[in-house]
Amino acid sequence: MNDQPLIQVNKLVKRFGPLTVLRELDFEVFSGEFVALLGPNGSGKTTLLRILGTLSRPTSGSVRIASYQLPQAGAALRAHLGVVSHQPLLYGDLTAEENLTFYSKLYAVEGDRIREVLDLVGLTNRKNDLVRTFSRGMQQRLTIGRAILHNPRILLLDEPHTGLDQEAGEILDSVLQAVALEGRTVLMTSHDLVRAASLATRVDLLSRGKIAASAPTSELAASDLVGFYRQGLQEGAGA
Amino acid sequence: MKAKPKALTGLDILSVVMILVAAGLVFFYAPVEVMMGAVQKVFYFHVATAWVGMLGFLVAAVAGVLYLRRNEQRWDILGHSAVEISLVFFLIAIIMGSIWARPIWNTWWTWDPRLTTAAIVELIYAAYLLLRSGVDDSERRARFSAIYAIFGFLSVPLTFISIRLLRTIHPVVIGGAEAASQGGFNMDAPMRTAFFFSLAAFSVFFVDLLWHRIRLGELSASVDSLRVKSYQEGR
Amino acid sequence: MRAYFQAVGAVIWKDFRAEWRSRENLSAMLVFALLVILIFNFALELDLQAKASLSAGVLWTTFIFAGTIGLNRSLAVEKDRGCLDGLLLAPVDRSVIYFGKAIGNLVFMLLVEAIVLPVFSFLYGFPVFHPGFLMVIVLGSIGYAAVGTLLSTMVVQARTRDILLPILLFPLTLPVIIAAVKASQGFFQGLPLAELSVWVNILVAYDVIFLAVAFMVFDYVLEE
Repeated sequence: MNDQPLIQVNKLVKRFGPLTVLRELDFEVFSGEFVALLGPNGSGKTTLLRILGTLSRPTSGSVRIASYQLPQAGAALRAHLGVVSHQPLLYGDLTAEENLTFYSKLYAVEGDRIREVLDLVGLTNRKNDLVRTFSRGMQQRLTIGRAILHNPRILLLDEPHTGLDQEAGEILDSVLQAVALEGRTVLMTSHDLVRAASLATRVDLLSRGKIAASAPTSELAASDLVGFYRQGLQEGAGA
Repeated sequence: MKAKPKALTGLDILSVVMILVAAGLVFFYAPVEVMMGAVQKVFYFHVATAWVGMLGFLVAAVAGVLYLRRNEQRWDILGHSAVEISLVFFLIAIIMGSIWARPIWNTWWTWDPRLTTAAIVELIYAAYLLLRSGVDDSERRARFSAIYAIFGFLSVPLTFISIRLLRTIHPVVIGGAEAASQGGFNMDAPMRTAFFFSLAAFSVFFVDLLWHRIRLGELSASVDSLRVKSYQEGR
Repeated sequence: MRAYFQAVGAVIWKDFRAEWRSRENLSAMLVFALLVILIFNFALELDLQAKASLSAGVLWTTFIFAGTIGLNRSLAVEKDRGCLDGLLLAPVDRSVIYFGKAIGNLVFMLLVEAIVLPVFSFLYGFPVFHPGFLMVIVLGSIGYAAVGTLLSTMVVQARTRDILLPILLFPLTLPVIIAAVKASQGFFQGLPLAELSVWVNILVAYDVIFLAVAFMVFDYVLEE
């Protein structure tokens, strides 16, 4: 059944007042893929992610995720999505465990899953500490835990490595790899070419509101990356 | 830029003419009222502007509902324009009310229901404009304005009823023998003519101003659009 | 349906839990309320024989001002760490956020009122433990929280968020203030409930109308 892409975007346009951010974007992600979305600031990466995450409505165009058509399908679709954005989405005055308890109630998730997730992200020994006291790296890990709490099929990550030091970044990578191994579909935006290519199965370049280039990572050596990026930008500018 | 439509120029002329005629009717045609004297003539314009002020509120609320359902910018421009113009009309109405009140009740202001409600509506209008100035994103601003206009419009009847139940000394203007002791009066035919004509004149004037203001709003929106486009090109 | 109520309950639980930790919100509201009463006391030179009308007014003014603080902070918490997105991502209807927040705000207001009322009664000698009077307190607070929650959700997304809420909220809540003060006055003066029913009716009408409209319109407040 699955030559159909899991995520299908056709002629997606998003305008904010007079500003057009996404211009008739066409985009696909197949089940099980790990797609890294690259692009300069302002190219629309966050906007696209927010639309896919039902946080923002398309101005026009069609967006289909699994059997759900956006923007109508809202609540039912969200049960299958896990979203990690720039901000941690965590309550500083609650402990790690309480944060996860809150979200587990929102998503109607069983209690032991919380323990599992804390384990997966390596925060079991800090579960009774207030999130206010967490470092950025720990918050980011907990945020990913929050995002996978309900076992979503699809993970949307918006520059999750921002502000992490080397060690935290590596821990995050191992969590992401474990998560990808579980068969989830992942879409991650990033500024970090090398890291993105090492995690992903495919790299896409978003420039000026459209996909300017796309290549499977198996075909891209580390040394090709910068060239791929530059060339994609040039072609995007010409389009 | 769209050239000014001929119809608008026609409306401009019509409004001015009607107001002049209304003024003529009020000052020369309608008789001087026995009890209150010449100052009573303020009544014609006072009621007319107040009526238009409330009309603007209705327009803004309806425009708000339409904007929420259809998501078209023009409804937002309509609502915004209606509020701005009504703010001024209502202010004029309140000032005229004061001018009338001074010789009759010997005070510039009273806390009676209609006057108080008018003041509250003015404040809601002002709050609406402050809300708009505090939101930068144009779509969000339009949505919030629409919602506030609806809420504002719904709250006013309840507010009015509440205050009315508290007290009243505002003249029950039309008819009734006891009305005269409250500062009311009976209207005879020439007065009625002057009254309704003033009402019509100010309604036309309102539409005329509204049209001008809407054009201004559309112009402003296209300037924004052009500015943003130039930023994008420049990148 | 069950998931809906569970989600609303989760939002309320979360706010209580967080508030219990820091108690910032409650203590700010409480201290502010007591300060306002104190200021009124000196500004108006109320004495023990003070007219019932003035006292009722002082009381409700206090509640309105203190309520604004709670409303502002309740939504600010969500906005500042992006947690509003977290709520928006939940697989439930958006109105869950509205009801969860509104009920939370209402309970905080009632808690503050529960503490302020005995103090008020102590200072001014008015009987406050009258069921009719308490009903008025609850009805008034419901109306205020219903409109306040909606407006504060809007305002928290604006640039001028701090000053905007009172400016937007106060004119709209006048029916509540008028009716609640008149009804409270009546109870202080020992009037029978039958005479005060018109004010209670206004409160109920206000609550019903605005809860319904807020529910219908809430989606638009959070849309992007």
